Amino acid sequence: MLTNLVMQKRLLLDPKRLQITIDRLCHQLIENHQDFSESVILGMQPRGIYLAERIVARLKEIIGNDIPLGYLDTTFYRDDFRRRDQPLKPNETKVPFIIENKKVILIDDVLYTGRSVRAALDAMIAFGRPHKVEFLVLIDRLYTREIPVEANYIGKKVNTLQSQKVLVELSEQGSEEDNIWLMNIEQ
Amino acid sequence: MSQLNSKHLLGIKDLTREEIELIFDTADNFKDVINRPIKKVPSLRDVTIANVFFENSTRTRLSFELAEKRLSADVINFSSSSSSVKKGETLLDTVNNILAMKVDMIVMRHGSPGAPHFLAKHIDANIVNAGDGTHEHPTQALLDTFSIREKFGSLDGKKVVIVGDILHSRVALSNIFALKKLGAEVMVCGPITLLPKHIESLGVKVELDVKKALEWCDIANVLRIQLERQQIKYFPSLREYSLYYGINKQLLDSIDKEITIMHPGPINRGVELNSDVADSENSIILDQVENGVAVRMAVLYLLAGKRNNLQ
Repeated sequence: MLTNLVMQKRLLLDPKRLQITIDRLCHQLIENHQDFSESVILGMQPRGIYLAERIVARLKEIIGNDIPLGYLDTTFYRDDFRRRDQPLKPNETKVPFIIENKKVILIDDVLYTGRSVRAALDAMIAFGRPHKVEFLVLIDRLYTREIPVEANYIGKKVNTLQSQKVLVELSEQGSEEDNIWLMNIEQ
Repeated sequence: MSQLNSKHLLGIKDLTREEIELIFDTADNFKDVINRPIKKVPSLRDVTIANVFFENSTRTRLSFELAEKRLSADVINFSSSSSSVKKGETLLDTVNNILAMKVDMIVMRHGSPGAPHFLAKHIDANIVNAGDGTHEHPTQALLDTFSIREKFGSLDGKKVVIVGDILHSRVALSNIFALKKLGAEVMVCGPITLLPKHIESLGVKVELDVKKALEWCDIANVLRIQLERQQIKYFPSLREYSLYYGINKQLLDSIDKEITIMHPGPINRGVELNSDVADSENSIILDQVENGVAVRMAVLYLLAGKRNNLQ
């Protein structure tokens, strides 16, 4: 019985709800960025890039424009280097455009402590000084921030415990269908 | 795997293939970093590194120093010619005095084989061997193999000949270990007096004729004649060495295949390598130098990243 409780997981977004949420996020972006001529999108490695790719694809369907998409890896900018059991393995950074004076939209799947975004801001500045930076996140875990950052665009706000984690399953990552779960961290 | 097994890098002999590949994968990312407008990341901002050089060096010391600075580490440099070593201080005392100033890592070059291994047994800091006598020069072998991987994609089945003064070369020994671990075939070539006895027990082919060696290989790593380590005459004259073992365009043109030329530097132009080869399209000598910084950044990052370093 207890084992069942530990393994429990709750569905936050199913494929249909996720599609609606992504559509809404795209329309919110269009409200602020119109034709995206001065905007670029940076997906945060490792998991934010799939959501970023999806949003760019959906935006193209709606407005017909190709929006510059880059991948930003924050490994070398994290504040927990030498404080973890072992160093994190870096991922590819690919920013094939100039971000100087652009409006940058950072995208990640889950906003938790806020430390990754802080590192991402540092990593991004190595490529220039943007005019403006915004942050889009699919799941915002409420009341868990360790750093004063908030997202501009939020897919869904969720109340969570520290003993829980948000599992994002997207078909690009090898899952059968798109599902976002809240589950207990296995002890 | 995302970390090295040891807190030191003393030689390639102790590394596994997986560890070498981890260093390469990490170096790929750092190569990207050093080609950005801002070539610096803050990872090692709370780390102090001492470069302790008891032997001369240009490339290796500059390359380590740049790697350290691009990781935001604090760097101090020490060279024995201007230090108290001349007044009779022992190696361990010198290093302990440096560590007393709160230094976290030591990058050391020393004329005696095994000097970094000795230090590793007696002190707590991370140690990176930047060349110990005629023994090993691990970061050179890593950047050499990284450069081959970059050009060819993989080292599996590649044929590499190391030409020259194998007897006195730490680059040769470290390269043999690294190349073999990564699946390459290795041959050494040089005058018989400059080949160590029983070198074939390391699993390498031995060839005395440089033309035959070049016909066999895909890649030739050409070494400098280390006159400073030769107490006796190993060959009659540099001119004779150059005639028999020097690689020039004429020799390469007489062979019906493209051979990639490498050299760990410094080059003695006109002795082991002619300018028409060293500066040719097939030479990746300057790529090696560029990759040296990325590979050393990867090594320092992985060694410093272990949790037990932080007290």
